[in-house]
Amino acid sequence: MRDRPAVRFERVTLSYGARAVWSDLSLDIAPGTFVAILGPNGSGKTSLLRAILGLVTPSAGRIEVLDHAPKRGDPGIGYVPQHSSFDAELPFRGRDLVRLGIDGHRWGIASPDRTANASVARALAEVEAQDYADAPIGRLSGGEQQRLRIAQALVGNPRILLCDEPLANLDLRYQQTITDLIAGWRDRSGGTVLFVTHDVNPVLRVVDQVLFVVNGRWAAGTPDEVLRSEKMSELYGSHVDVVRVHGRILVVGESTESGFNIEEPHHPPAAVVDHGDAH
Amino acid sequence: MDQLLALLPYEFVQNAIAAGFVIAIVSGVVSGFVVARNMSFAVHALAELGFTGSAGFLLVHLSPVLGLLFGSAITAVFIGTLGVRARGRDVVVGVVMAFGLGLGVLFITLYKGYANQAFAILFGTITGVSRSDVFLLIAIGAVTLIALAAVYRPLVFATVDPEVAEARGVPVGALAVVFLLIMAAAVAEAIQVVGVLLILTLLITPGAAAERLTPRPGLAIAYSVGIALLCTLGGILLSLITNAPVSVFVTSLSFACYLLARFAIGPRRSSRGERRRVAGGAVGAGDPAWSPEGPASTPAIRR
Repeated sequence: MRDRPAVRFERVTLSYGARAVWSDLSLDIAPGTFVAILGPNGSGKTSLLRAILGLVTPSAGRIEVLDHAPKRGDPGIGYVPQHSSFDAELPFRGRDLVRLGIDGHRWGIASPDRTANASVARALAEVEAQDYADAPIGRLSGGEQQRLRIAQALVGNPRILLCDEPLANLDLRYQQTITDLIAGWRDRSGGTVLFVTHDVNPVLRVVDQVLFVVNGRWAAGTPDEVLRSEKMSELYGSHVDVVRVHGRILVVGESTESGFNIEEPHHPPAAVVDHGDAH
Repeated sequence: MDQLLALLPYEFVQNAIAAGFVIAIVSGVVSGFVVARNMSFAVHALAELGFTGSAGFLLVHLSPVLGLLFGSAITAVFIGTLGVRARGRDVVVGVVMAFGLGLGVLFITLYKGYANQAFAILFGTITGVSRSDVFLLIAIGAVTLIALAAVYRPLVFATVDPEVAEARGVPVGALAVVFLLIMAAAVAEAIQVVGVLLILTLLITPGAAAERLTPRPGLAIAYSVGIALLCTLGGILLSLITNAPVSVFVTSLSFACYLLARFAIGPRRSSRGERRRVAGGAVGAGDPAWSPEGPASTPAIRR
């Protein structure tokens, strides 16, 4: 059983109208793998997660998630969405957000439930969010909210965790904390992580596989296999250098009159300076 | 006080209190969601088009209460189907509201009955409701509360956290329409007390005051219901004593509740530490924006 892939893509093409976001994607993701999904904005990284969640249907090919077709509300999947903040006055606590992960989708009013409360407490402890679990959620920092979102995604004991840019808006220290939390869960539970990010560096230590999507083309493999100058040049269709500095990987496009020839400056040198000085 | 006790045996007083009780409970529960979903403008549109429905029903000699419900429910369906996505919703609400209110003006011009019928719809009629209206209002209220109880959890999920709710299989779009219909019924109820023009005093203010008092969602709803009850029943009693319109007192009471919650009770509660238990010390405990991970994220306007 362990050999069956957690997620399988078989020649999958996803289109919006006439435009194919990415095409002919075939990939098996083994259980327990930490996959970073990389690529410029608009390359369909979020759509890939939505396809696994059963919220969009591919125009061609087949996706299998935990041995079945994607279905909405699959309890085997935990989902950490792209950062969006909560209204500061919203009468809602982190504890309530995590509880939604257990039975928020069920009809009716929740009755007092000791088992559920215990699961919530355990999930809060796992992400070390007990101290602010009773504060109004809109008053918490981005990092605190992100921990609660991870607790919410994990409280139902999923086998796959989908994360959409969970490190966006976090400073360097909390990028590490959140990465460690997710990698820790993967190690303990043997679960699979699909992690959309525009910067691979914060997760480089824990990543097993990389899926890089550019202009409808894709490449998959270990970071060392994919994040190479030849491979990236081939993907982008122009000369791209992959540079390793101080244990970081930078993907830099050749400089042209209009700037970088990579349409989205997702790893320009400026970004490194940013990270170094951030907060 | 004696004056009040002397009034109690009158049927119109009993009617007003019974109807006010049910209406306040419905308004209190619904206003919590209206505030959290940022739907003030939609509430206003539902009320104004409820007026159109009511005027239309009066014109053909049908129950104005049912007309209200009809008008606001049709509007709810229009807004729900044309503008489920939050961004376009206010625009759709505005477009539908302008047209519908125009129709209302036409109906009221054509209506040859008493002009004070229209006045009553605009400013509230609670001391004028008949026994049969009371039963109708109780029935509408009960159905609304049952519907709300049935969708409560997924509605909370879709309100607070729509992306994850959708991923967990919650029908977010359908729930938006269902909630608009629930709002339509609540609007038709609350109009009986405060009228079309003052609808927000029962469908926004209690929820807005309650969220200042507690971060617990269930308790916030309970506070909101309590405030709505206080304002409605208090307003009816004060109106009976003074003969001034009910709406005057309901709006004043609810505004007072909001000011109290916002500036007197709310801030004191948060400084007592309800907002945050900071492990190992009081650092930043009084400042809700403080956090060990840097400044709180900028609150975005939610819809």
